[in-house]
Amino acid sequence: MSSIAVPELEAPSAVPVRRHRLPVVSLTIVAIFLLVALLAPLLAPADPYDQSLRLRFRPPVWEERGSWAYPLGTDRLGRDLLSRMIYGARVSLAAGVVTVLISSAFGAAVGLVAGYYGGRTDAALMRVTDATLSFPVILLALILAVTVGPSFANVVIAIAVILWARYARVIRGQVLTLMTLDFIAQARIAGAGAWRIITRHLLPNTLNTLVVLITLQVGYVIIVEASLSFLGAGIPPPTPAWGSMIAEGRDFVTSAWWVSFFPGLAILLVVLAFNLLGDWLRDTLDPRLRQL
Amino acid sequence: MPAVIDVRELRTHIVTRWGTIKAVDGVSFALDEGETLGLVGESGSGKSMTCLSVVRLVPRPAARIVGGEVRLDGDDVRAKTDAEMQQIRGRKIAMILQDPMSSLNPVFSIGMQMREPLAMYHGLRGGAVATRAAELLAAVRIPSPAARLRAFPHQLSGGMRQRVVGAMAIAGPPRLLMADEPTTSLDLTIQAQYLGLLKELQQRHRFAMIFVTHNLGIVARTCDRVAVMYAGRIVEIGPVRRIFTQPAHPYTRALLESIPRFGVRRERLTAIAGQPPDLASLGAGCAFAARCPAAFDRCAEAPPEVTITAGHTTRCWLHGPAC
Repeated sequence: MSSIAVPELEAPSAVPVRRHRLPVVSLTIVAIFLLVALLAPLLAPADPYDQSLRLRFRPPVWEERGSWAYPLGTDRLGRDLLSRMIYGARVSLAAGVVTVLISSAFGAAVGLVAGYYGGRTDAALMRVTDATLSFPVILLALILAVTVGPSFANVVIAIAVILWARYARVIRGQVLTLMTLDFIAQARIAGAGAWRIITRHLLPNTLNTLVVLITLQVGYVIIVEASLSFLGAGIPPPTPAWGSMIAEGRDFVTSAWWVSFFPGLAILLVVLAFNLLGDWLRDTLDPRLRQL
Repeated sequence: MPAVIDVRELRTHIVTRWGTIKAVDGVSFALDEGETLGLVGESGSGKSMTCLSVVRLVPRPAARIVGGEVRLDGDDVRAKTDAEMQQIRGRKIAMILQDPMSSLNPVFSIGMQMREPLAMYHGLRGGAVATRAAELLAAVRIPSPAARLRAFPHQLSGGMRQRVVGAMAIAGPPRLLMADEPTTSLDLTIQAQYLGLLKELQQRHRFAMIFVTHNLGIVARTCDRVAVMYAGRIVEIGPVRRIFTQPAHPYTRALLESIPRFGVRRERLTAIAGQPPDLASLGAGCAFAARCPAAFDRCAEAPPEVTITAGHTTRCWLHGPAC
């Protein structure tokens, strides 16, 4: 007699329903920073421009010499670090959002036109795009800073003038794939003109990519703005910007680490939050995944 | 009354690196109201290009319509401006493409996509659009049409999507409907349904129909007349019954012999020997001569168009004037 051991059948475990939960952490971080930027005058405990040399390099509150008057300490001119960071959020976020919106609108338009018309139009536009992509942002910003003088507007211009090319590249590629699909041909046969096909059929189908790219690029622009400020080609002092704050603290890192550390932490958090948000958007915006 | 669509000596050339391809080389046919023409032939024989040439949507800049005449209800289509052409497309001449998986815009619901032709053709707005869209969906036999308007393309099966495409195509309603292998990617059972549906719509709206396919079974079932295309030319055109029972052109005969038939025992299916010719290096003679079992020396000259019986013509020397 033989017996066969039959393994117990496992009860079919409930199929995990993939739900797109809100990215609570990154949304919260982004929301907090946006609120802080908007409400800066209400939230800042002190005037970010108020100097007092006697109070320079006060450490954060939890260190021995720290006090609640300066929760994150003071910088080399005795200005309250927390207040400067709160105002700095305005500069960094505004630079990020404004730049990205300008460059994405322009870049998407170029990409759509190039991909739709193809041929010589495409070739010409893409050569310009290539040339733009090969030009370093930092160099352009330095040139602008030296010739016109550093300012918020120049930072935005310098970054946007380069950044649009990435959008043009990506969107054009997507448009090329879309153009081979039947619904574009079908729309044409139904009597749709170029404008209608671009705005009603191509743009909505690239919106996913565009939105994801925008969120990812906000983080990138914040970093570039910070780098420019760090190099002195960005927002000129005394306006508080995270990048220039890091630059100011650079010489004192060994004795007063907090001056550079906290602005750096802010940049890290915001960029990370925007990137996570972008990842989440990419998964969520696909209509094929929406119903799951 | 003029024919709904009258195509005469239509020529479309494609310029490539390897030479000029005569994709459509002197195609002529005419269709009356409610009549269906089956356009059959191998891949690359110019079936789809003929249809695209009729609506003047050949892939630019490589392809160009270089000659011939297309008349829609007696109106010269080739003389129209681009703006006038956009008015004709969809409204007067509609087309259904092969792939239902990609012929609907994936990011819009069915209702939103149907709004577009209805607003464009009839200026409908608001609630009237939804009502009419639901009517059209009902006309193509989509169950609970009002609810389907909210569905996205990916939620529908291939057959359903192709019905939606059909519903949008009859929104005009058009005078001519061109269906470019509309059932190739559908299930067999759905194919028959869809063909029946198209015939039904045709009876209701009396449009002329061009049916592009390489499935001769479909032609037998749905078409009144057949045009067999080879290398950009119509080699034989005639009533379905004539073509199936008394094919005149050797190519048509070969095509019919390559269909497997139920109940007929044969050792092997007859394949047509050789490859379709290279369209870039075609001489003046019959393009099929190289593969033709009945070819003889005359075939090196351009074959004449011979009328066998009324409405049944072929381009072949076998039926040509005696030498």
